[in-house]
Amino acid sequence: MNRTFVSIFKKELIHIFRDVQSLFMVLSMPLLMLLLYGYAITLDMKGIDIGIIDQSHTPESRQLIDRIASTDFFHIAARDVPVDTIGDLFKERIARCVLVIPEDFARTLVADRDARVQLVVDASDPNAANFVTNYVGQVISRQNASGNPGSNTLFTVSPRVFYNPDMRSADFFVPGLIALILILISTLLTSIAIVREKETGTMEQLLVSPIRPLQLILGKVLPYTMLGFIDGVLILVVGSIWFNVPIEGSLLLVLVMMMIYVVTGISLGILVSTLAKTQAVAMLAAVMLTILPSMMMSGFIFPIASMPRIFQYVSTIVPATYFLQIIRGIVLKGNTLANLYQQAAILLGMDVLLIALAVRTFRVRLE
Amino acid sequence: MRDPSTEFAVHVSELSRLFGSFVAVDRISFSVARGEIFGFLGANGAGKTTTIRMLCGLLVPSSGSGTVAGFDVMRDYERIKHRIGYMSQKFSLYDDLTVRENLEFYGGMYGMSGRDIGERISELFLSVGLREHADKLAGDLPLGWKQRMSLAAALIHDPDIIFLDEPTSGVDPVSRRSFWLLIYELADRGKTVFVSTHYMDEAEYCNRLSIMRLGRIVELARPADLKLKYGVPTMQAVFLQAVSGDET
Repeated sequence: MNRTFVSIFKKELIHIFRDVQSLFMVLSMPLLMLLLYGYAITLDMKGIDIGIIDQSHTPESRQLIDRIASTDFFHIAARDVPVDTIGDLFKERIARCVLVIPEDFARTLVADRDARVQLVVDASDPNAANFVTNYVGQVISRQNASGNPGSNTLFTVSPRVFYNPDMRSADFFVPGLIALILILISTLLTSIAIVREKETGTMEQLLVSPIRPLQLILGKVLPYTMLGFIDGVLILVVGSIWFNVPIEGSLLLVLVMMMIYVVTGISLGILVSTLAKTQAVAMLAAVMLTILPSMMMSGFIFPIASMPRIFQYVSTIVPATYFLQIIRGIVLKGNTLANLYQQAAILLGMDVLLIALAVRTFRVRLE
Repeated sequence: MRDPSTEFAVHVSELSRLFGSFVAVDRISFSVARGEIFGFLGANGAGKTTTIRMLCGLLVPSSGSGTVAGFDVMRDYERIKHRIGYMSQKFSLYDDLTVRENLEFYGGMYGMSGRDIGERISELFLSVGLREHADKLAGDLPLGWKQRMSLAAALIHDPDIIFLDEPTSGVDPVSRRSFWLLIYELADRGKTVFVSTHYMDEAEYCNRLSIMRLGRIVELARPADLKLKYGVPTMQAVFLQAVSGDET
């Protein structure tokens, strides 16, 4: 039993280390995605291009403009253009929004205490439009507060933000990426490793030998488990050193949970390999089964609660849904097992189910 | 009466295999004696490979019965696997492993210890002659050497019966000849060799031959007797007549 298993394990390691190109890909892909999500893809907005049309030309209006210019949310891209060219600013992508301060701004501010400014927003990206409106609102309310210290507002909200006080995207994405990469790598590598034997004909040679399906599966899969695991740790380490993502909870708990999750990916990969006949098909199936649902329907970017009902149901069978709650819980909130046993139990249940299915469908005979 | 399952290396009766409604092997019966070189001839698609796969435990027979090395092909195929070696039509070793690593790997598949594997590889290198290529990657070897290596891999656990499915296809005549010398050596040491081929000169080397056509065995005899029966001087002529169905 053990000799056979060790032989398969050693052979897979040789495959891995002799195929330097693939090894490089497997190790560099997570880092590449980490840089991508850490830097390029960010949900924070900075330097929003704003146009300002000041028809008032008063100290009050200039004070408001200074306040806008002094935040790093905004970059003033156009000043005092004719009102009827606002559409052109949007079309040319010069500005995302235009603030119009009317002629009577200062006068009504003093006389009626009910001055109005107009904000014109390009909502072709509704999410960004939302941000812009919020930011402008915040600047204006601060301006109001400083203008009338004894204001007549009944109450104000002073937010206190937990777990990610600076609301940085990296803190959100780095743990999420682990959920994405781990399942992709483990499913992909497992299915390809097994299907490759089928495609090259070596599977036949293995099946005439007296090996047991479990020996074959374990021996083949374990090296790739380790690779997936290394990828996960790599993201965690680089994320915490380079992107300063804090690890609030127990590192050991993270590693244990990663192990459970990797097993999910591996059993998915074995299932794929029993159905796919060529490596190309296996690769496609593995990517479709992991990346798409893990990205779109797990809460990786989009909150599950705001999805249509049907996708909310789908999200309950996506393993990443649970692992995301686990990893974000531990890394950002310092969750312990007591907070996460439900999610962990569901993942374990998925593991058991998938392994049972995989072993059942994996045959020692060709047909 | 002696029990045919222990007397013969391979004993098959009324064995069939269907793929859907297609009958790949149609109720064939034959026996192969221990130490015999048994040839398997037939056009492509005649059912040779399907038969070999059933005997190796790779395919479940649809009906009929058979024993290999005394074990039932329906039930005991896991035990059969310890006693047989199989070399498939397609080169099926790992290109990115060296010759030695490939052999070590297959030794491990049969649960052999590292020491046993080492000794066995030395023996095989002596008889098959791969020593000077031991540390080359399998993918870099010429086809003739690859086939010797496949044979060595099939022999790693010293099986009693060796199934060779078109082992010499695509190889030059010199390599083919030296490959057949190896087959003779095996038979001399009491091994049963079950070999399918497309080459008629190779067919002549076999102790007995069976010719398959459309899933059935149409001839089964010694090469000399077949030539006599058809009244032709070469195996080529025997084969062409047998598979064209002129003679039944």
